[in-house]
Amino acid sequence: MIDFRLDDEYEALRKTVHDFAQNEVAPVIGGFYEREEFPYGLVAKMAEMGLFGLPFPEEFGGMGGDYFALCLALEELARVDSSVAVTLEAGVSLGAMPIHRFGSAEQKREWLPSLCSGEALGAFGLTEPGGGSDAGATRTTARLENGEWVINGSKAFITNSGTDITRLVTITAITGQQDGRKEISAIIVPSGTPGFTVAPKYSKVGWNASDTHELAFSDCRVPAENLVGERGRGYAQFLSILDEGRVAIAALGVGLAQGCVDECLRYVGEREAFGNKIGAYQAIQFKIADMELRAHTARLAYYEAAAKMLRGEPFKKEAAIAKLASSNAAMDNSRDATQIFGGYGFMNEFPVGRFYRDAKILEVGEGTSEVQRMLIARELGLR
Amino acid sequence: MTNIVVLVKQVPDTYSERKLSDSDHTLDRESADAVIDEINERSVEEALKIKEAGEGEVTVLSVGPDRATDAIRKALSMGADKAIHVSDESLHGSDMVATAKVIAAALGKVDSYDLVIAGNEASDGRGGAIPAMLAELLGVPQLTHARQVTVEGTSIKVDRETEDGITHVEASLPAVVSVTEKINEPRYPSFKGIMAAKKKPVETLTVADLGVDAGEVGLGSAWSTVLEASPKPPRTAGQRVEDEGDGGSKVAEYLVGQKLI
Repeated sequence: MIDFRLDDEYEALRKTVHDFAQNEVAPVIGGFYEREEFPYGLVAKMAEMGLFGLPFPEEFGGMGGDYFALCLALEELARVDSSVAVTLEAGVSLGAMPIHRFGSAEQKREWLPSLCSGEALGAFGLTEPGGGSDAGATRTTARLENGEWVINGSKAFITNSGTDITRLVTITAITGQQDGRKEISAIIVPSGTPGFTVAPKYSKVGWNASDTHELAFSDCRVPAENLVGERGRGYAQFLSILDEGRVAIAALGVGLAQGCVDECLRYVGEREAFGNKIGAYQAIQFKIADMELRAHTARLAYYEAAAKMLRGEPFKKEAAIAKLASSNAAMDNSRDATQIFGGYGFMNEFPVGRFYRDAKILEVGEGTSEVQRMLIARELGLR
Repeated sequence: MTNIVVLVKQVPDTYSERKLSDSDHTLDRESADAVIDEINERSVEEALKIKEAGEGEVTVLSVGPDRATDAIRKALSMGADKAIHVSDESLHGSDMVATAKVIAAALGKVDSYDLVIAGNEASDGRGGAIPAMLAELLGVPQLTHARQVTVEGTSIKVDRETEDGITHVEASLPAVVSVTEKINEPRYPSFKGIMAAKKKPVETLTVADLGVDAGEVGLGSAWSTVLEASPKPPRTAGQRVEDEGDGGSKVAEYLVGQKLI
């Protein structure tokens, strides 16, 4: 029969990150969030624990773990705060993973050690101001000239792209035409390259302690060998990265949904109304039972998607289901949690208000909920 | 090369409900989550720091039931090299004197040790005497309540902090040190450390393996007996003083009545 128990080492990792999130992140993250400040100290501590190297081999300074280990860490972090969780998620699955998966031996040697150790952060730029879900609508161009790529265009909503420790962004750009279609390739642009401008950070609804910018490229020149993987395979490569990233984002959403349950359980045992602790009222109990149901079922969905991924089986449908179930759970749970907290749920100083603001992006980032439905329908053979 | 032995105890999580069993007033281990004592995470951290500053080996030593292996694994995943686990039914209910004897005997199984690091007090029994008893049994110096430890060659310097102040003490190795909460901030284990811990050697020994007579340990041979135990009564409401212009004197009167001022 199927067994959902975690192996000892996964459980030990989950517990360690849980303790870290409760002891180190929870006491301070509210302040960073309100000040819209990137928590460098916390990120450095996460780096010390090796979280940024979790799924990478030891030869590059990684922890020799796998993608599921990363998911467990993301869930436990997001149970307390999504900004630090998405910083890790984007750093690993968007910043380092494309180089690990598709990069040359030279690129891996150059970039992976500092990305795995967490000394440096990487970012990935696919989305543009005029195209997100329609990733084929890429307008940014790169032309080869005297052994250099000359890049022009812009990228939007790029996580980790402008911190003090950001060292590179891998972007997708049109590098020519193939059979009348755009040829899209992925190219590494180191931070600080002339012609590469990072705009001031966005004012966001949520994820306020994470780093997000619009990027502009104007005759930005990088060496021809900064091409990642094959020329013309940039889009296909990125889609496979996104399938994995969906499982990671699903884990993050489950963490948020579970964090709502945690906060509510604490609160309803303290808060009184009409002469009783509010946890004694069935209206509250049923709401919390529904919240636990959503978090639990979404967790099972991402566990299964991750298991298929690690076994090397197709997991596109399972990843889409996990992402959709998890972002729904995060939205619904944060709405219920803020309702249970009443007026306090509308105050920034309570975590549930932060959860409410952070949940929305989960319906959009790494594939909108509509895209997930489209993928599920296609996998069912609907065309 | 400094060989360090760290004493580690598994205790009920301070966040869970801790109680004594009804039958023999020993710790009810089933009713609470068991974790490595927080002070021992600091003991392990200090050992690892000393090892990393020079050369050495860190051995974890724990006396406790079978499930204490979880606490041992945690210490190994932080970076300790190997472990000795003394586990024996006959140890159930042992007092500090017997426990110190068993630890002293177990140290005989370590090739050689320069330093034994313990927490100053476990969060469950709160006896706080094991490090001193152990040092007496071993015939080595004891440097207890350390807030800072420096090892230089074959000598050790410690800042010892008590309610009376800070004392600077020095001794030659081997020695027993107990550390306080101020000693350091323990590291979180990395996944690599967690994976490596699975492969590190843990030697499990019984009381007989140590050459200790089972009759000298356990509840029956403890020097003191718990006759009765009851939970702490809930806090009472306290006394309210209405301020009618004379609030200050009323508070003062109350404090004098309690012999507090």
